[in-house]
Amino acid sequence: MTRLIERFGRAILSLLQKGVFVAEETGRIFLLLLATLRQLLLPPFGIVDIFRQMLEVGVRSVPVVIVTAIFTGMVFALQTYTGFKRFGAETLVGTVVAMSMTRELGPVLTGLIVSGRAGAAMAAELGTMRVTEQIDALETLAINPVKYLIVPRFVAGLIMLPALSVCADIIGIIGGYFVTVVLFNTSSVVYWKQTWTYLESADIYNGLIKACFFGGAISIISSYKGFYTSGGAEGVGKATTGAVVLSSMTILISDYFLSSWLFG
Amino acid sequence: MILLDEVYKSFNANHVLTGTSLVVKKGESRVVIGGSGSGKSVILKHIVGIMKPDKGRVTVDDMDIARLKEHDLYEIRKKFGMLFQMAALFDSMSVWENVGFVLSRRGMLKPAKIKEIAVEKLKLVGLVNVENLMPSELSGGMKKRVGLARAIAHEPEILLYDEPTTGLDPITADAINDLIVSLKERLKVTSVAITHDMQSSYKIADSISMLYQGKIIATGTPDEIRNTSDPVMRQFITGSAVGPIKVEGVNNERTVNRA
Repeated sequence: MTRLIERFGRAILSLLQKGVFVAEETGRIFLLLLATLRQLLLPPFGIVDIFRQMLEVGVRSVPVVIVTAIFTGMVFALQTYTGFKRFGAETLVGTVVAMSMTRELGPVLTGLIVSGRAGAAMAAELGTMRVTEQIDALETLAINPVKYLIVPRFVAGLIMLPALSVCADIIGIIGGYFVTVVLFNTSSVVYWKQTWTYLESADIYNGLIKACFFGGAISIISSYKGFYTSGGAEGVGKATTGAVVLSSMTILISDYFLSSWLFG
Repeated sequence: MILLDEVYKSFNANHVLTGTSLVVKKGESRVVIGGSGSGKSVILKHIVGIMKPDKGRVTVDDMDIARLKEHDLYEIRKKFGMLFQMAALFDSMSVWENVGFVLSRRGMLKPAKIKEIAVEKLKLVGLVNVENLMPSELSGGMKKRVGLARAIAHEPEILLYDEPTTGLDPITADAINDLIVSLKERLKVTSVAITHDMQSSYKIADSISMLYQGKIIATGTPDEIRNTSDPVMRQFITGSAVGPIKVEGVNNERTVNRA
């Protein structure tokens, strides 16, 4: 009996410790966010570094986003068409695809892709810089590493995620069009009409607000994981995995709350 | 002047500095010796403000490093140049971009002029025709030289060397020593080097301090240190596994048996 209580107590204690760890980490991420915002507002603005990161985070992610969006749009149209046909509502496919892409799938899928691609790269690069003392070297050279390394990545995330999201929205809708109109031989006019009649501008910009949030979250979380790496090559590996897992989870969880706030 | 006054620093249960005091006068070349893991690097990181003491004071030219505002800390860091153990070159930049990094960040000069200065600094550390290479294409010794060129590019008043000769062959190590001595003479800088290489210490130091169990236990000129009768110092400078300093991770019995 005593043993059972002991084990129960230990389990509760370890759960509490994990809780404390999560709270601490969240706090540190917020502190880094505050430091980043502060540095963002102070000159000089390092436009070149920002463009370089926009290229890395945004432009280089375009091919993957296109492939993901087109197939998502296609499969969405396929499933909706065959499902809706059961109650004769197949004319609504255009609406469903457009609304799902702009409100949900565009921002979320783009977020997940960018966190896997650019987020991992950020964590690995900053992590390597940390363990090889390059970040310390920046400090001794009187360069603020948050300003030099994190601000450009943060700004690039904020700008490029919505941009990629727009790209995903459009490509997804085109994918849906291809399946519905070309493969299932329905009317092109009906598809576009249904798309435009029910799609509201709020669907698009609220989706982009989410994308913007995801972009900032991916950059800060991945930078945080990389920036505070310790423990050599193994540490860099852990930081990279941690960055992808934590930013993906953040995207999926915050997506619900953001959606209920923006669309609810 | 650099001053460490009764500095304490712990990492979890590991008490690295336990009341370390150190004074380095302007223009002096000080070497801090001590075993691996004795906290030598921690001293340098305190001087440049990357780490803050748990207790005690670190001042540079009478300014308390730990209490400075962020902006003032970055201002005072402009006085420093630091050579890292593994050189810590920025691997995404070419050699000249590394050397001219600070100059280009300050945005006062055109890239062509910065490159010119970088080439000149590289020449000062004995490197020619390497400016367009990437750090991954350099050998260990060359990396250290580039690191040194980067550290002196903005003409600092204080140079910090973190194990300048560790991991180099004896000849390259001696060349680095010569370089440090010539920089000292030419640039008239204050310098703090940490090392466990006694050859190097004797060559580059005006005075040597020994860090042991978190405290500076002795300071003296290279000659005084060489002729010391202190058993701890003697064991360290002669490089013996037997004596009051216990070898890390090896139990006493085995140490005694080896004797």
